[in-house]
Amino acid sequence: MRENKSKYSIDIEDLYVEYRTDYGVVKALNGMDLKIEHGKTLGLVGETGAGKTTTGLSILKLIPDPPGVIVGGSIKLDGEDLMEKTEKEMGQIRGKEISMIFQDPMTALNPVMTVEEQIAESIELHEQVSKSEAIEKARAMLELVGIPGERGKEYPHQFSGGMKQRVVIAIALACNPSLLIADEPTTALDVTIQAQVLEMMKELKEKYNTSMLMITHDLGIVAEICDTVSIIYAGQVVEHGNLEDIFENTRHPYTEGLFNSLPNLKDRKAKLKPIKGLMPDPANLPEGCAFCPRCDYAMEICKTQKPEKIYRNDGHYVRCHLYNEENIQEGRLETR
Amino acid sequence: MIKYVVKRLLALIPVIIGVTMLVFFILKSAPGDPVRLILGEQATPEQVAELTEQMGLDQPLLVQYVKYMIGLVQGDLGIAYSTRRPVADEVFSRFPYTLKLSLVATVVSIALAIPLGIIAAVKQNTVIDNVSMFVALIGISMPMFWLALLLMLLFSLKLGWFPVSGAASWQSYILPAFALGFMNMASTARTTRSSMLETIRQDYIRTARSKGVSNSVVIRKHAFKNALIPTITVCGLQIGSLLGGSVLCETVFAWPGIGRLMVQAISARDVPMVLGCTVIFTICFSIVNLLVDLLYGFVDPRIKSMYS
Repeated sequence: MRENKSKYSIDIEDLYVEYRTDYGVVKALNGMDLKIEHGKTLGLVGETGAGKTTTGLSILKLIPDPPGVIVGGSIKLDGEDLMEKTEKEMGQIRGKEISMIFQDPMTALNPVMTVEEQIAESIELHEQVSKSEAIEKARAMLELVGIPGERGKEYPHQFSGGMKQRVVIAIALACNPSLLIADEPTTALDVTIQAQVLEMMKELKEKYNTSMLMITHDLGIVAEICDTVSIIYAGQVVEHGNLEDIFENTRHPYTEGLFNSLPNLKDRKAKLKPIKGLMPDPANLPEGCAFCPRCDYAMEICKTQKPEKIYRNDGHYVRCHLYNEENIQEGRLETR
Repeated sequence: MIKYVVKRLLALIPVIIGVTMLVFFILKSAPGDPVRLILGEQATPEQVAELTEQMGLDQPLLVQYVKYMIGLVQGDLGIAYSTRRPVADEVFSRFPYTLKLSLVATVVSIALAIPLGIIAAVKQNTVIDNVSMFVALIGISMPMFWLALLLMLLFSLKLGWFPVSGAASWQSYILPAFALGFMNMASTARTTRSSMLETIRQDYIRTARSKGVSNSVVIRKHAFKNALIPTITVCGLQIGSLLGGSVLCETVFAWPGIGRLMVQAISARDVPMVLGCTVIFTICFSIVNLLVDLLYGFVDPRIKSMYS
């Protein structure tokens, strides 16, 4: 068993990431905070372009550079600052301490390498084993994710989408990482396979006591497997809490908007209420609260000042001018 | 796999029929009488008529063509008009020179182009990238015969390092091979660079890096083999232009290959000789293409599965 130096498996504080392109500076992350306790799962929820994948890639320090630059902030893996690591040291952390499952299994595997070679590569790099032992372990990993070991000799094009995602998961889990970043692992899969893959991930995570960052825009998945939830908007967490905080004591208007845009099973005739407008252009963010232009409750102050964190309890916080220390405990938004 | 190869080789038959037919009728419809060229302006009409009949040129074109094809099937390439000797003797004594020159040019150009393309891609937008792509641009833009003449002027006449022409020693290979291979090198390098650039942006490269694979291994092990597929296509096409290039190159350097033989035969209206050279070129080109297609299978398992 690992000895944990810090309470948190991963602890990101005040992270700023920019993509400096010819057309302007895209501010992808603007003071991102994220903490996951050992063995827990955090759901990172937000729209396309909110900075979810950038957060995941930042942890691995795999932001495409150029144009991506980590401008400031800290990323600590079990208390150790990843920002100070050299590229070589990161090579020893990637795949061993932190693994990532990517969104699209169709393109995430190398088409000219056999599946077992791709799993074994990670094992060979991080564990002192021979090539044949690595291949053997790779086959065991395949069995673990529900694929017969002898199919390891095949190439990715011989597998279906769901099977490919299982292979990607096997690669990610091959060296038993302490942190698993899952970037929309089921988005590209059809619904029946989604449930299978999620169930499998949940089991494997519990088996190895892995912490997990679940990047998704599906609140159903969050309710299913996450312990805590961070709602991200324009590169910043706007609301964070455990499942009960977020689902039962929703505070932020954006979070509320996300729930309202889900179909209501009890009243199927009810119209969906989408959040009006689009995400602000990350190359040209508003001066005040980033959500202000789309917010039904926007006030004058929202246009000019960025909201600070207001805590409802030890874990649950929200960044919104609607709240202060006095009213944060009170009921839901619509009662206001 | 074997079935595929046999199928491809059988497909060569209609190709040869088509090519010979085209060349035969185009040459026959060109002005100029081979008999007149052999006998000269002073020959009497009787002499001309006699030789015309002797060479079978008085018969209808279609009959001449069919007779030629019947010979070809039996491995007989006919008798050259100009030398009155069997075409096969001449063609096969010259062919090894062309083959050797083309091989040297291809090997050298690929061996230089692929590393150059990879370095340019990995060091994208640096001085190395810009310089190598500028050299490649020159290579693509410069006509081969002009490059050949410049090389000859500088290295043979001014500096005296290499022989001006002929194929007497290994030194005499250098200038023609360089002239012939330079354009191929340039376009192969550019293709390698762009396919490499595209490959290193693929998701599976990110997957490899997320496993902790170092940058150089990612390039060598993951990116290179994937980037190779478009490169092979271009190399295959290049070998076709190499055959065309050999005609020019051999003429400039007085290389004793079949490219030059063909040019001489065309000016002499020597139809059997031109046809003989064409048949050899056609077979070479088809075999090279077949080899390239088989090579795909070795590189890309997705293509290999289609061959079986």
